[in-house]
Amino acid sequence: MEKGNPVISAEHTAQGATWINDPKIRAILYQIAVLGIVGLLGYYLFNNTVENLKRQSIATGFGFLNKEASFEVGESLISYSAADPYIRALLVGALNTIKVSFVGIVLTIILGTFLGIARLSKNWLVSKLAAVYIEVMQDIPILLQLFFWYSFFYDILPSPGEALEPLSGIFMSNRGLVIAVPEWHPAYQYVAMAFVAGSIAVYFMRRWARIRQEQTGQPFPVFTLSIGIMTVLPAAAWLLAGAPLTMSVPELDGFNFKGGLNMSPEFAALLLGLVLYTAAFVAEIVRAGIQAVSKGQTEAAMAIGLKPGQVLSLVILPQALRVIIPPLTSQMLNLTKNSSLAVAIGFPDFVSVASTTINQTGQAIEGISLIMLVYLCFSLLTSLFMNWYNKKMALVER
Amino acid sequence: MAKSGKNNIIQAEGLKAPVIRIGLLQWAKTNLFNGVLNSILTIVTLFLLYKVVPPFVRWAFIDSLWFSSAEQCRAGSGACWSIIPANIRFIIFGFYPHELHWRPLVAMIMLVGLLFYSKNRDHWSPSLGYIWIAGLLTMGILMRGGLFGLAPVESDKWGGLPLTLMLSFFGMFAAYPLGVLLALGRRSKMPAVKTICILYIELIRGVPLISLLFMSAVLFPLFFPEGLTVNKIIRAQAAIILFTAAYIAEVVRGGLQAITKGQYEAAESLGLNYVQKMRLIVLPQALKIVIPPTVGILISAFKDTSLVVIIALYDVLKTTKSALANPSWMGFSPEAYLFVALIYFVCCFSMSNYSRRLEKELHT
Repeated sequence: MEKGNPVISAEHTAQGATWINDPKIRAILYQIAVLGIVGLLGYYLFNNTVENLKRQSIATGFGFLNKEASFEVGESLISYSAADPYIRALLVGALNTIKVSFVGIVLTIILGTFLGIARLSKNWLVSKLAAVYIEVMQDIPILLQLFFWYSFFYDILPSPGEALEPLSGIFMSNRGLVIAVPEWHPAYQYVAMAFVAGSIAVYFMRRWARIRQEQTGQPFPVFTLSIGIMTVLPAAAWLLAGAPLTMSVPELDGFNFKGGLNMSPEFAALLLGLVLYTAAFVAEIVRAGIQAVSKGQTEAAMAIGLKPGQVLSLVILPQALRVIIPPLTSQMLNLTKNSSLAVAIGFPDFVSVASTTINQTGQAIEGISLIMLVYLCFSLLTSLFMNWYNKKMALVER
Repeated sequence: MAKSGKNNIIQAEGLKAPVIRIGLLQWAKTNLFNGVLNSILTIVTLFLLYKVVPPFVRWAFIDSLWFSSAEQCRAGSGACWSIIPANIRFIIFGFYPHELHWRPLVAMIMLVGLLFYSKNRDHWSPSLGYIWIAGLLTMGILMRGGLFGLAPVESDKWGGLPLTLMLSFFGMFAAYPLGVLLALGRRSKMPAVKTICILYIELIRGVPLISLLFMSAVLFPLFFPEGLTVNKIIRAQAAIILFTAAYIAEVVRGGLQAITKGQYEAAESLGLNYVQKMRLIVLPQALKIVIPPTVGILISAFKDTSLVVIIALYDVLKTTKSALANPSWMGFSPEAYLFVALIYFVCCFSMSNYSRRLEKELHT
């Protein structure tokens, strides 16, 4: 229909068909009709909105962003006080969203991979336990799980005085989660720098090794050397800087802990809920990815004489990751979107701060547009990454 | 293995693999203790289970109280399931008038009956769609009243499980045609239609449901002319429909892409126009392929309706939270949340189980 054969269309006109039968003209008419309906609907809603706003005498525009926010935000990565403008409060919220999403994504991938492998384990008990976990977690709404963990912290856990210590150095109480961490020392700065330098060195070494192998056919012990560089360099930096060993162990001081890494109950509940929920989905993805690589691939790789480590890194992982990464990215985006449920348990993420702003200023249109804009940016970044990845990983066929 | 009389038959069918009978010990050896690493894993897991399960069973069953007052519960050390029977009618039905609870109950039983009827693939026919429409209308009349001598109940009194079921199932049914239209639009060759559909789908899929629900709560009233007020539940329902439609569109698009080009060409060479081609040839095949993922969307829609808590609608999660806010029952949240979790689990698990079975049967 679309690529009208000239002979046929000539016959049509010969038989007296009018212009209305021409598919091209019809397509234009249909599009005008659709655009017209959408445009009219949009105009109707816009018109109503303008009139309603005028009647309620609400000024539009983003001018309110520079006014004083005059509300406190529970926790913040940057300095913030109630005297700061709304825009800074919203920035605090956005940073909190990024914080919980980032930590959540890292933990989810670790737990999800672990569960996915456990699901495929030949050990019946481990495999069945993983299966039960995956099924149960997927079937309970994330909001209910968040409420549960929130009440777990506030209703069930004792006060800091009788805090639970499941593992040495980790304290759980109704004031949140406190973890012992190494005390700050300049040495760690050097360790981080050494780590970055090591990563760069490893990157160039791998490139050089690959080019050399392609030219001369001689393999280079890349993996062993990479591990060596990545551990020795930071360790050397740590030793040279005086090898600090002091830990910041949380201690009870009055009604709360002092020292250590302190997470509020809201943050801990949100993180726990998001990670435990999303990990169930990630586990299914990992399982499917591993199963997607047929056994013949492993056998073929072993038949040409690759070592087990090489079989994994050169044959199985590249193929499994091709299946795993796309759905994994969409789960990571889901986790970020689900972090907006923080508003229900009082963690000041972006949606929560924006909704407080809407309540105080009445600027609902602007507030909701901002929420949508921020999340659209996240999904745009994700799909940009996905396109890049798909292009990179696309099968090159002869 | 086979008795002498049946020998011929078995040989005629070809020899079957011998059944190896293994005892419990042999089973444990092959599945739990085959190798050092697996044995250690099993022992560590068993130890963890021993640490967790007996105290939980003790708390949930042995020391628990099922039909007592809140005071007796506080004296005991086990779970206080008494909060459920004491508040069950409020948790399930919300603020629906007490003496009329039979109406949402009948509506829910009708829904479950319809679901069970539709489970059987022999019953799948166009008339099933009409049965569903009639069923949903009857349920709506039962809930709302005002007809056939039923006392009217305003929708702001609706709550609890019927509200959760209504938001998800009605949302799914209303979103389905919209989703199919969007999917067709996205595959259209007309640039304007295609752009509008892509924009809509990607915009909705890019934002969290909660932002749409906020929109329904604070922006929808601004969109309509003065004097026209739409009930809060209907507005939330509209947001859920708009949200679900975008996800259905993507699933249906997958089905449309799976139909081979030959089918489209064959339909065109028969002289069918676009509507006939889609309605008679393409959509019946495409929609059949995507039934399992559609059930998946129904499951997430069912779970996602719990988000209406945030805009203060009394779905089953919110009624539970309100029951917990009662000073005498404060602090028994694990029991109450576990109960609601069980409701959600039973519903979602049976749906996902069904979808998996269907996937196997349809060989997709």
